[in-house]
Parts: sequence; structure tokens; C-alpha cells
Amino acid sequence: MRSLTVIPQIPIGDGFEAIVSFLERYFGWLFEIVNVIIETSVDSFEWVLLLLPPLAVIAIVAVLAWKLGSKWLAVGAFIGLSLIYSMDLWESAVDTLALVLVSSLIALMIGIPIGILAAKKQRFGDNIVRPVLDFMQTMPAFVYLIPAIILFSRGAVAGSIATIVFAMPPVVRLTNLGIRQVPSDVMEAARSLGSTGKQLLLKIQLPIALPTIFAGINQTVMLALSMVVIASMIGAGGLGSDVRSALSRVDIGPGFEAGLAVVILAMLIDRITQSLSEKNGNG
Amino acid sequence: MSTLEVRNLYKIFGSSPKTALEMSQAGKAKDEILKETGNTIGVNDASFEVQEGETFVVMGLSGSGKSTLIRCLNRLQDPTYGEVLLDGKNIVELSEEELRHVRRKKMSMVFQNFGLFPHRTVRKNVDYGLEIQGVPEEERKEKAYEALELVGLKGYEEMTPAELSGGMQQRVGLARALVLDPDILLMDEAFSALDPLIKKNMQDELLALQEKVQKTIVFITHDLDEALKLGDRIAVMYEGRIVQIGTPEEILTHPANDYVRNFVENVDRSKVLTAESIMKKPLAVVDPKEGPSAALRKMKNEEISSIYVVDHKRRVQGVVDIADVKKLADKGEKSLKSILRKDFDTTSPDTTIVDLLPTAGTTNYPIAVVDESNKLLGLIVRVSVISGISRDGENNA
Repeated sequence: MRSLTVIPQIPIGDGFEAIVSFLERYFGWLFEIVNVIIETSVDSFEWVLLLLPPLAVIAIVAVLAWKLGSKWLAVGAFIGLSLIYSMDLWESAVDTLALVLVSSLIALMIGIPIGILAAKKQRFGDNIVRPVLDFMQTMPAFVYLIPAIILFSRGAVAGSIATIVFAMPPVVRLTNLGIRQVPSDVMEAARSLGSTGKQLLLKIQLPIALPTIFAGINQTVMLALSMVVIASMIGAGGLGSDVRSALSRVDIGPGFEAGLAVVILAMLIDRITQSLSEKNGNG
Repeated sequence: MSTLEVRNLYKIFGSSPKTALEMSQAGKAKDEILKETGNTIGVNDASFEVQEGETFVVMGLSGSGKSTLIRCLNRLQDPTYGEVLLDGKNIVELSEEELRHVRRKKMSMVFQNFGLFPHRTVRKNVDYGLEIQGVPEEERKEKAYEALELVGLKGYEEMTPAELSGGMQQRVGLARALVLDPDILLMDEAFSALDPLIKKNMQDELLALQEKVQKTIVFITHDLDEALKLGDRIAVMYEGRIVQIGTPEEILTHPANDYVRNFVENVDRSKVLTAESIMKKPLAVVDPKEGPSAALRKMKNEEISSIYVVDHKRRVQGVVDIADVKKLADKGEKSLKSILRKDFDTTSPDTTIVDLLPTAGTTNYPIAVVDESNKLLGLIVRVSVISGISRDGENNA
């Protein structure tokens, strides 16, 4: 009788642990490959950015901001980046930027196709993709760090993996949403003219969904950036580790400087991706 | 050019269409089937044939299944049962690829809410159908420009749809369908979203365009006036069934049931009914060889004051007045020739009543309805013009 009233303990934690160690034992080679790819990408990105003198990079970014956005965005970019340089945080900022951009790029490469699939196969999208995304977004970000360390050991790659998982949901959701929002009469018209499934996707759905997809890209990049401080806990370098060491030493000045550098990067990335989306939205 | 034939078409929405289909074919009512199976019958046993070059209008109120029906023709919705035959080939059984071929070459559709592609220019909207067929850019552009000129949008080629008014947007929709040079044009409430005045213009232009391009058109509408104006024949739909198919006049003068009768009650009949439908058989006609006394006798029998004179091929020679005939008879003349009057009015059988009104107001004699060779087909007296306009004209006349 007693056993009926007491809910048995299900060892979920143990189960997850077993899964992770199973993955580590039998798919170690796969993680090794991923490790090499991400590490190489991040390193080469850093190498390029550090190869050029900081002032040259600042100038290039400012010109880019001018072309994509406005004159004022260019001025802001120039002042902001110069400030980071003057605070002697240039190398950290480049580390962070490399990590954020590589992670975002991978998140987009995985997320956009999943979003398209979720829109095309609506039951798959609603019954599988959505709950998984909810899980990814609401699970405290710190939790991702633990399996990341086990599978990839401490360092930039583990940080990047945790960042990818954490940052991917918005672009999946908004790609899905953007495609589903294409008006049904537009779809009907395209079908009635004899479009194939591929033509529908490439010539009608994706172009019309593009502004929404860009909003998702913007969100994903911003989330990736917000992950940098957390990722520094498992050895990802950059501005995050500056913030963390300032925290452990209760050193208010350097802590604020590093934080400010994160804010500047965030605003710059946000404005630049946004103007990119506006450009595409009107085209 | 092609003919289109629909045979026993059913479209059933719901989880168990097979059961619902059997119930429907066994004669159960729509409500009963919905209650028992949860399935809705969109189209219920529709059969019709559209002739080459004909404008076939399907008319019904919302929910009558007309939009579902037209979507079954190019399989934007798959029919549950039945056949759609295009030149004898059943579209329902085509593979995806064959169906695409039909959509690209044979049948194009124009939509109520236009369905334009917001991210493409007007020209690129029109040439989309060619682009997906792999037609080279230059040729595409040329054809798109031609189609846009045909619908009166020359000069708007490089604008975006959002920059155009509703009427112009629908012209783009029409050009997009026409550029593929399809045999059959499917128009789903194509003008229903437009302002009344623009709607009327578009109807007129469609009629003019149809003179030029001579497509087979299936036109869906809920607007009876539109149906009567555009349709060579009209199918009236009610609760998924086609309740009557006929020419506009047949629908007006011989409604198949109370539903159609109620529907046509408020229509402006003078724009639809023609001279032919209100004329009477010219019983009282004399041959010129007949003398005045014969004419006099006929007029007395029919209680009329004038009578038409025709030759042996029934071609109208003129009209004689009863007073003249009397004088002639008194003089003992044998021929009516000397008193033949030529100041009568004629009309063709397909003139609408509204166009007869001015004549009816001034004429001294009944209006003579004649064919191209001046053969007398019938007569219209003033009173039948008036009763033809009124609602139950055919009952009183």
C-alpha cells in the first residue's frame, strides 16, 4: 500500500550523467573534430583581427558602419572602439568578438535550416522543435557549462558550444515564424503558377520572411554576446574573463571598464545587424 | 484551346471523408452528415461543362462552396471524389509534375486578394510564372511588358505592388495569369475586393479583353449583377450543390427553385432581359398581295390599330394604319402598297430592355424585332417593355 502513495524517485540526473559519459566514450572522436573546427575558426579570426593595427581595424569597422548604416553609426563605432583600445582591452575585445561571431555563425547555420523545417513540417515544428527550444532557452545557462567541459575540456571551444546552444533558439523561432507568416493567398498564387517546393522556398517564402529572419539573427548574436561572461567561467578568454577576475578581486574600476567594453560591442553589433536587416527588408 | 468538364465532383473537409461521401451519395443531408461524422461537405456532386471560349460564372453566397470548387479545378485543393477533365484528361489523377505542367501552360488563376508577391516588382510579379519555367530573362521581360500593356499598366513595370491601388494590383494579377497564355483562366472573386466603380471598370475591361484574347474563363462571384453581366452561362451554387445552370436569361426568367428565385428577385432586369424574351409572335401580319379587306379583318380579330406587312420571306415591308386601310377598302383598291408607312422602329433580338426604353417612348407602332436579313421575328408593344422590367413581368404579360 505504501508504495502506491509514494512517488518513486526517478534518477534523471544519473541518467543524464550516463548519457554524457556514453557520448564522451564512444563519440569522443566526433567532439575532437568539432573541437578542431571551432578552435581553428576562432583562432584564425583572432589572428586576422590582431594582425592589423587596432586603428586600421577601427577605421575599417567605421567605414563598414557608414556603408551599412549611417554617418552617425560610423561616428559611434569609431568612438566606441577607440575607447576600448584606450582602456587597453583591445585584445580581450577581439577574443570576445571572435568567439561571439564564430558561435553565432554556427548557431545560424544550424538554426535557420531547423526553422525552415519546422515551418514546412508544422507538426514536427510544434511537437518537437518548440519544446526543445523552450528547454534550451529556460534551462539556466550555467548548466550548459558542465557537459561542455566534460566533452570539450575547459577553454574557448567549450565556451563556444555553450554559447551556440544558448543563442540558437531565437533564430529558429523567427525563421519558423517568418515563413509561416507568408500570406496564404501569396502561397496559393505561387503554387497555382506551377512552382516546385524548392522554388516556393527560395523565391517566395525566404525572401518574404527575410526581415523576420534578420530579426532572429540579431537576437541570436546579442544572446551570444550576453553569454561571454558566463562562458569565461569555463576558460573562454576575452572580456568575460576580465569581468570575472575583477569580480573575484572586488576591483571596481577594471570591472566597470570590461563591462563597458561588452556594452559597446553589443550596441555596435546590434546596430550593424539591424541596418543589414532593414536593407534586406526593403529590397 | 481547351474544354473543361467536371463530373460528380465532391470535396469533403474532415477526418473521415470516405464515410461522409458514402452518406452523401446515399442521399443524406449536409447537416445530418456534419452531425454524425463531423465532416463538412464543401462541394456536393458538382457536374458541368465549360465550352471553349466561354465565360462560365459560378455564383453563390459565401459558404456555398464556389471557391472550393474552383480550387479543385487546378488542385489547389484535392477533390475527394469525381473527375475534372481538361481535354478529356483527368486532372485529379495527374502526378505532381504533370499537374505543374497544367498549371504552367494550361490554367492560370486570379485571386480575390490578388496574391501578389510583395518583394518583387510589378514586372517581376508578372514574369514569375515564366521564371520558374526557366525562360531566359530578356524574353521574360518582353512578355511581361506585353501583358502589362494589355491590362493597361504600361509605365508601372518597375514599381512595387504596394505602390499601386487595388484595381491596379488586380490588373497585375490578371497580367500574371495572362502572360502564361493559358487556355483557361480561373478567376476567384477577382473583382470582389474592389470599389464599386473600379469593379465596374474592370468588368468592362474584362469583357473587352475577352473579345481580344478569347480565353475560356471560369469566374467565381457572389454578385448576381456581375454574374449576369459577364457570364455566357451561370451556375448557381447553394450549400455545395449546383442548383441551376443556364444563360443569364434562363436564370432570370425560369429560376429552378425558390432559392434562385429569391436570389434573382432584386436584380435590375432591364439590363439583362432582351427584346427576344419580351417580344410576342407577330400573328397579325399580312402579305403585300393580300388586299385591304384581309388586313382589316385581321386587325379586327386581334383588336389592334396597325399591322405589319411582310413579303414571302417574312421580310418587313412596312406598316399600315387601320384608318388608311379603311379608306383603301372603301375605294375598292386591291393593293396595300400605296399606304405602306416606313416610320416604324426596328431592333435586334439581343438588344436589352434598357436600350429599348427611349424607342418605346416615342414610337407610334409596336417595335419590330428583326434579324440581320430584316426578317420579322416578333413585335414589342409598349406595355410589355414596362412589364418586362417589373419583377413578375413574365407572369402578367
